[in-house]
Parts: sequence; structure tokens; C-alpha cells
Amino acid sequence: MIRSLPNSPLYKYGYRFYITLFFIFLVLPLIAISVLAFNDSNSIALPWHGFSLDWFFANNDNRVGLFHDEDLLRSIWISVETAFAMAILSTVVGTMAALLFEQEKFKFKGLLYFFAIAPLVIPGVILGISILLSSSYVGEILDTKFGIDTEVFSPGFWLVVFGQFSFGATYALLLVSARLKKFDPQLEEAALSLKASRLQAIRYITIPFLKPAIIGAFAVTFIMSFSNFNTTIFLVGSDPTLPVELFSRIKFSSTPVLNAVSFMIVLFITIVATISLFTNRKK
Amino acid sequence: MSGNKKAFYFLLIPVLLWLVLLIIIPHIDLFISSFKVDGDSSSAFSLENYTIFFEEKIYWFTFLNTVLYAIGITLLAFVVTFPVAFYLTKVVDRKYASFLTLMLLIPLWVGELVTIYGWVIILGDHGVINESLKWLGIIDKPLPLLYNNFSMSIGLLYMSMLFMTIPVMTTLESLDDSLIEAASDLGASKFTIFRRIIIPHAMPGIVNGGIIVFMLVIGDYVAPNILGGKSNLWFTEQIYNQFLSTFNWNQGAAFGFLLLVISSAVIWMALKLSGQKLEKVGS
Repeated sequence: MIRSLPNSPLYKYGYRFYITLFFIFLVLPLIAISVLAFNDSNSIALPWHGFSLDWFFANNDNRVGLFHDEDLLRSIWISVETAFAMAILSTVVGTMAALLFEQEKFKFKGLLYFFAIAPLVIPGVILGISILLSSSYVGEILDTKFGIDTEVFSPGFWLVVFGQFSFGATYALLLVSARLKKFDPQLEEAALSLKASRLQAIRYITIPFLKPAIIGAFAVTFIMSFSNFNTTIFLVGSDPTLPVELFSRIKFSSTPVLNAVSFMIVLFITIVATISLFTNRKK
Repeated sequence: MSGNKKAFYFLLIPVLLWLVLLIIIPHIDLFISSFKVDGDSSSAFSLENYTIFFEEKIYWFTFLNTVLYAIGITLLAFVVTFPVAFYLTKVVDRKYASFLTLMLLIPLWVGELVTIYGWVIILGDHGVINESLKWLGIIDKPLPLLYNNFSMSIGLLYMSMLFMTIPVMTTLESLDDSLIEAASDLGASKFTIFRRIIIPHAMPGIVNGGIIVFMLVIGDYVAPNILGGKSNLWFTEQIYNQFLSTFNWNQGAAFGFLLLVISSAVIWMALKLSGQKLEKVGS
């Protein structure tokens, strides 16, 4: 049943067979995309018409490859900018929240903590529509009552960043808290007794200890932002992020350039994953 | 102000801004908007948005259908991935465990849009499965695999199931192998060990995973919209339509609020039945 117990061959091979099937199920979409990105065809699927790099490099009347597809490249760039802003905000506020909830005592702490982790169980659509509702409400009041035309409150870059940050901070909070629980408070107490202020102690003692978790939180929230659709779609303005652009292309005009961009994402993630595998192994 | 107080407010204020501006106020707005009638500028409260929901069969039936699907996919995610979680933590040679675990993370990081697009390529009329079966001479005409409830369920399962696997693996890692060995030495059958030792120990992970899977499925739009049929019944599509096609935001807010209520209720019941707290879900 487990490593240390003897198993019947039926159990052993039957189990192995199931696991193999599972992993095929898991990688099949990724492999299909990657292979068909190099298909010399105008259709996204089979049959195979031979190897071609057209969907990356071509630029003619029939085919526009990824590297000449202005709209697609722009959406990738917007996604990178969004993810960067969202990950920084989420990591900073999430770390502050972790310090607050793990180390401080105050009134209504339980209630605030409840709101801080609620985004874990609130569907992304709900966060999207409720933030859209309140921001447009505030924008309208500012416009009609005060005559101030504010772009921040209408759908666009910053609304997407704040919408994604509303749940990103929760994940950063949880990742940093997990490491903070292993922190020895005596280290900080020693700093305080040596006349460091609490903020200095956080800056020079606690933050360096939390560094791996903070980097992890940045990476996780960056990836979350980069692939988010459910919240983003409500808050996006005239500049679509990559998932929003992909969605409308899949619905209305799919060409194998979608395979090409998907392949690039799969490749990038696989490289990141391999690096993390080897760095973890070294430790 | 003493140094400690200063540090406390330094941490508290950004966290409060996050929670009040992006979580609490938007949800209050969602609730209030759902009682307003579109086009009626008087601020009178009205139940109209909710009576429409209960009077039009298409709305409440879709709602019910979505909830049942979400529960079904959650159970399926458990059945499909529990053996995988057990295999990766207790059975497979430790050499391969970290590599295989990383393979689980890749589809998650690649993101929903790309993997769902992958399933379009696999299941379509000229998809990988139909073309392979044709090539093998098993079928002449393509099987209708795409744009129905089958493909929708595959997509929902695929994008959510790994959120079950990972928390279950975490709890199984903390299960001492010697408990299983002892039970086996005392003559317990595999089924008894599974039911009396493994499942009870993994329960917190199963509940955490189940909650996340349920929430992701009930709030998902991408898989039902891209992989589902034209006439498929998915509640988030109704919300999207109200917000992005008919621009009846108040009606959409009522639908959103109903979705929030049902998902919170199911999650609350899952926590009650298993005797867990929400605070543990993220850990």
C-alpha cells in the first residue's frame, strides 16, 4: 500500500497505470497546443501539414505571426505591467497584514482577519462586479457633484490592478504568515532591548527572515495576475490584458497564432518550474 | 506617540484601506444595488430584481443547475485526484516525487485560458481525439465531443482539480507511515486502512480543497462559455450578460448576490459538517 509494505502486482501496476493516465490527461492540452503551434496550416487543430514557424514570424496577407501581431504583443505587455503593479502592491500590503495579524493585538482583529481571508472563498466574478459597482458610483459622484473627471474610477489599467490586488493581498498574507509563524520572537525582542524601534526591528530583523516568503508571494501573485480573467473582464477598459485578448480571439477569430502565444507561455512556465526544481534540490 | 504605536498604525492603515475600500464597501454596494431598479432614478428599495429571478424559470433553473454541477465536479475532483495525491506522497519513489509534484503545478501556472484553449484543440471535430480515432479507422464521422456538457465538465474538472490535490498532499505528508504499517500488521484490509486511517487524517485537506474547487467552479465563466454548448445553463453567464451585454447592472448585482449567498452557504455547511474554521482554509 505504501513504500514500506509489500504490494500485489495487480495493485502496483494497476495503480501505476491510473497515475500514467492522469498525467496524460494533465499534459495533453499543453502538448497539443505546443505541437500545433508549429503546424503549417491556417486551422488551429489537426490535420498536420508539416513543420512551420509561420505562426511566430510570418507577416503577410494570409498569416500574421506572434511577433508581428501588434494587438497580441500589446496585450502581453499590458499583462506584464498589470502583474508587476499588482504583485508589488499585494506583496507589500500582504506582508504588512501578516505582521499585523501575527504580531499585534487589537480590537476587532478576528473580524478584520475574516475579511482579509474572505477573498479565498469569494468567486472572482463577485469581486469584479462589486468593485466595478462601487468605483463607478464614486466616479459618478465625483463627476456630477464636484465636476472632477477621474480616470482611476472608470474601467482601465488601475481598476484592474486594484481589483486583482483585492484577492492578491490575501494570498501574499497567507504565504508570508506561514513563514512568520516559524519566526523566533526573541530575535526581535533582543533588537528592541538594544534600543531599536519596532519599525527598525521589522526592517532589519523580521523582513530579512521573511525574504524567501516575500519573494514567493511576489512570484505567486504575479502569475495569478498574469492569468486572471474572471475579475479582470469587468474592470478592463480599452486596453485588454492577455487573457482578455485570448478570450475574445478564441470566441471570434481563432488562428494558430493563439497556439504560438500559448506555446510561449507553456515554455516560459516550464523553464521557471525547472529552475525552481533545481534550486529546491540544492537546499 | 510611542514607537510601538507608530509601527502599529503603519501596519494597520494600509490593511484597513485594502479591506474597507476593496472588500467591505464594494460588497455593501453590491447588496444595495441589487435592490434598485434599472432606469428608476428614485432611490426607493425594490424587490423586483429578485422576483424576476424566481418568476423566470430560466434564471432559477440555471442557478440550480450550476450549484449541482459545482457540487458534482467537486466530488469528481476528489475521486480523480485523491489516488494521485496518495501516490505522490506515499507510494512513488521519493526521487520522482518532487518532479511529479512540479508537473502538477505547471497547468495551474500556465493559466485557465491557455489550458481551456488546449481542450478546444483536443476535443474539436478536427481535434486530437477525433483525428486519432479516424486515423485508426474506428470512426468515419467525428464524435460530438466539443460544445456540450461533456466538454464543459472536462474543462471545469481540469481547471479546478489541482486545487484539491495540493491541500490533500499537504495533509497526507503529515500522516506517519507507521500508523498504516501498524494497521496492516494487525490484519486490517486496504479498504479498512483507507476508511479508518487515511481519510480521517486527510479530512482537513479534503475540506479545504473541496471548498476552493467548489468556489472556483461555481464562479467560473471561461470553461462553460468556451467549451459549453450554445444553450448551456451556467449562472455566471447570466451575470456577465447583465453586466456586459444588456447593461442592467442592478439585475446583475442581484444575481451576483445570490451567487455569493449560495457559495457562502455551501462553504459554511462544509466547514460545520467537518468541524473546521475558515481561518484554516488558506493554510
